[in-house]
Amino acid sequence: MTNNTVPFAIELRDISKRFGAVQANKDICLQVPAGTIHGIIGENGAGKSTLMSIIYGFYEADTGFIEVDGKRVDIRSSQDAIDAGIGMVHQHFMLVENFSVLENVVLGTEGGALLKGGLTAARVELQRLAKEYSLDIDVDAIVEELPVGLQQRVEILKALYRGARILILDEPTGVLTPQEADHLFRILKSLKEQGVTVLLITHKLREIMASTDNISVMRQGEMVAHRETQHTNTEELAELMVGKKVRLTVNKDDAQPSDVFLSAKNLTQFDGQGVKRLKEVSLELRAGEILGIAGVSGNGQSELLNVLSGITPMSEGEIQFAGQTITAKAPKDAAQMRDLKMAHVPEDRHKMGLVTGFEAYEAAVLGYHNSASYNGKILMDHTAMLEECKVRMADWDVRPPNPHLKTANFSGGNQQKIVIAREVEQNPDVLLIGQPTRGVDIGAIENIHEQIVKLRDSGKAILLVSVELDEIMALSDRIIVMFDGAVVGELDAKDADERTLGLMMANAYNKEEQGVSA
Amino acid sequence: MFETLILMLDATMRVSTPLIFAALAGLYSERAGIVDIGLEGKILGSAFAAAAGAAIFGSAWIGLCFGIMASISLAMIHGFACITHRGDHIVSGVAINTIVAGLTVTLSMDWFGMGGQTPTLSGDARFLSITLPFADALADVPVIGLIYSELLSGHNILVYLAFAMVPMTFWVVYKTRFGLRLRAVGENPHAVDTAGISVAFIRYRALIVCGILCGLAGAYLSTAHNAGFLKDMSAGKGYMALAALIFGKWRPVPVLFACLLFGFLDAVAVRMQGVVLPGVGEVPVQAIEVLPYVLTVLLLAGFIGKAVGPKAIGRPYVKERA
Repeated sequence: MTNNTVPFAIELRDISKRFGAVQANKDICLQVPAGTIHGIIGENGAGKSTLMSIIYGFYEADTGFIEVDGKRVDIRSSQDAIDAGIGMVHQHFMLVENFSVLENVVLGTEGGALLKGGLTAARVELQRLAKEYSLDIDVDAIVEELPVGLQQRVEILKALYRGARILILDEPTGVLTPQEADHLFRILKSLKEQGVTVLLITHKLREIMASTDNISVMRQGEMVAHRETQHTNTEELAELMVGKKVRLTVNKDDAQPSDVFLSAKNLTQFDGQGVKRLKEVSLELRAGEILGIAGVSGNGQSELLNVLSGITPMSEGEIQFAGQTITAKAPKDAAQMRDLKMAHVPEDRHKMGLVTGFEAYEAAVLGYHNSASYNGKILMDHTAMLEECKVRMADWDVRPPNPHLKTANFSGGNQQKIVIAREVEQNPDVLLIGQPTRGVDIGAIENIHEQIVKLRDSGKAILLVSVELDEIMALSDRIIVMFDGAVVGELDAKDADERTLGLMMANAYNKEEQGVSA
Repeated sequence: MFETLILMLDATMRVSTPLIFAALAGLYSERAGIVDIGLEGKILGSAFAAAAGAAIFGSAWIGLCFGIMASISLAMIHGFACITHRGDHIVSGVAINTIVAGLTVTLSMDWFGMGGQTPTLSGDARFLSITLPFADALADVPVIGLIYSELLSGHNILVYLAFAMVPMTFWVVYKTRFGLRLRAVGENPHAVDTAGISVAFIRYRALIVCGILCGLAGAYLSTAHNAGFLKDMSAGKGYMALAALIFGKWRPVPVLFACLLFGFLDAVAVRMQGVVLPGVGEVPVQAIEVLPYVLTVLLLAGFIGKAVGPKAIGRPYVKERA
């Protein structure tokens, strides 16, 4: 890799960054040869975005330094990064939505106190860039009226207009349609031919295999491997990404699935921007089983939970539940779903599961606060709420067992126990549970897993969404894999291993099988 | 009838002037993302400082400088709370209004001992009317004479300045680098930050401009429109200006018309004092005085469509990834 005549376009030396107790980046080293497309891959939370933020001057590294073209640079702000020839296309676009394309591009490099001259010059320059890199765009269009793919093009143009020779793209295809994504990769290729160095951050294996020259893999804040793209394959990358983890074990008997409690057909959901987040998802959930939904986070699992629980209305499709047919035209909201005995432990307990400013006994009735057992004739029955909370805290081993403590002051595990207890104690038929052990300590994980299995054995149906493969494999009886809003695979938990699931999660499983047979 | 109308429009110009200054001040501040409920306090503070300065030094211009300095200082306090320390914009603004309401009276009692007023200003200590060229000569020409000599001529310099500030503000906001960054920082400060520009610096500069314009509004009240400072003399003009700003959807020219409309209603209120309408009797002056406020509520409640302000308004900028 060492070549003294051609310095690397960018080189990171021992970059470390810590946020409180979290070591986001640890001794990261990276060498990117000039004029190549370099992929950085890793799971969510592996530290990729932190690293890119350090390169772009959002954060300062605790230790380590950065070299650009063989020269050490001190990047303390975005301006320093821009001066060093680094441009960044953020996952969430940094555009002023009611500005024109032209205004967005010149913002920060207006070329004088008056706009007129700068705008005219920029118009000419943009036309040149557009021609050179096939980045056609109407420079007078208002950004918010452009489709996402073109908005991203504005971001790329912004970077190039500032003379970027190193372009960082953070999860660029997350918001794009497949066609737009293909176009993006063509653009990146032509950028590369013009000598631009591209750093591509993603968790999508297929894209990274198709478009890069070299790949670096991050896991839990560390750079765990560097590969040349042509000498690796999706299987190896998937393994490197996920790593070999100690497998969790949960003692449970085989499932005894019986009646179908919930069935969903062709659930589809469009978000506010018209992007299809959920694509014709169909599934059946039976009494006495745990159905696990695996997938890299952001592939439609959250949307699925929200649609099933009634939080967001579906756009198309139908749900059969408790003798009711729920469709887009005949929707049921979250409260109505609760009344039909569906409980929901949301993925994000701070935002959706709890009101952190509430005392534990208040948080313990959220969603069921209208229930007769918590209410007198006019006022809420605080004594009853407190009594019940005390009993639950004892049953679920919530520590400290103080119903008057603010929920914010409990540890993550105990907060989660409060939420799960609240939902389970209402004796639901179906429990939707998202990321049950995220941010929960080991001891509490075991306890929560046991409770979930106990609920299953009592004949309830459980839908488990988790980005932790271990958890999915340890708890589930059946596993569905989601990718890009669609179900891409289903298998019995007994047949599941990390490799298969990892490939399915990257939507590379079938392709590889076909490749073998061809 | 025509003459009455001209006289009322003439009054409208005088009454609208502080509203225009203050609403444009609010425009700079809010376009940069800083909610400015403290316009009222800045006007009042400036009115006091201008009157005090003019009384002591005998010059309206020196008074104006004092007024502007006072107003900028208050704007900087607001900036320190909202930009540097990411405080709540409303709380800071209301605090400024409250402090100024008390402080102006206290200081004027201590310095001048006139029950919360400043000495009556006269001569050079006030901004006096300017007669435009040929105004007297044209006064007798029908229509044009009335419009030119009565309506356009005979105002003080600050009135003309206020109207000149409107195209000026339009030019600054839409045609200069500062304006582009100002608008960007109120819409999406992250975009400004990633472009390598300091969000805080732009917001502080916007507040300085805001302070200057509020200073002009206050000085106009105490050294041009009136001849001295009176307790609570801003009388809600800052809030009116804020309403005009929202009413005009944060755009200079519509804001001007909103200010003129409110000013006109004020002029009508004065005109209607003691007038007996057939069948109604004497119209209570309060009924007319309340009109601008009622109108604002009604219009904002849906007659002008949604008033969408700058997207990032009121939100402190935290330098973190979205």
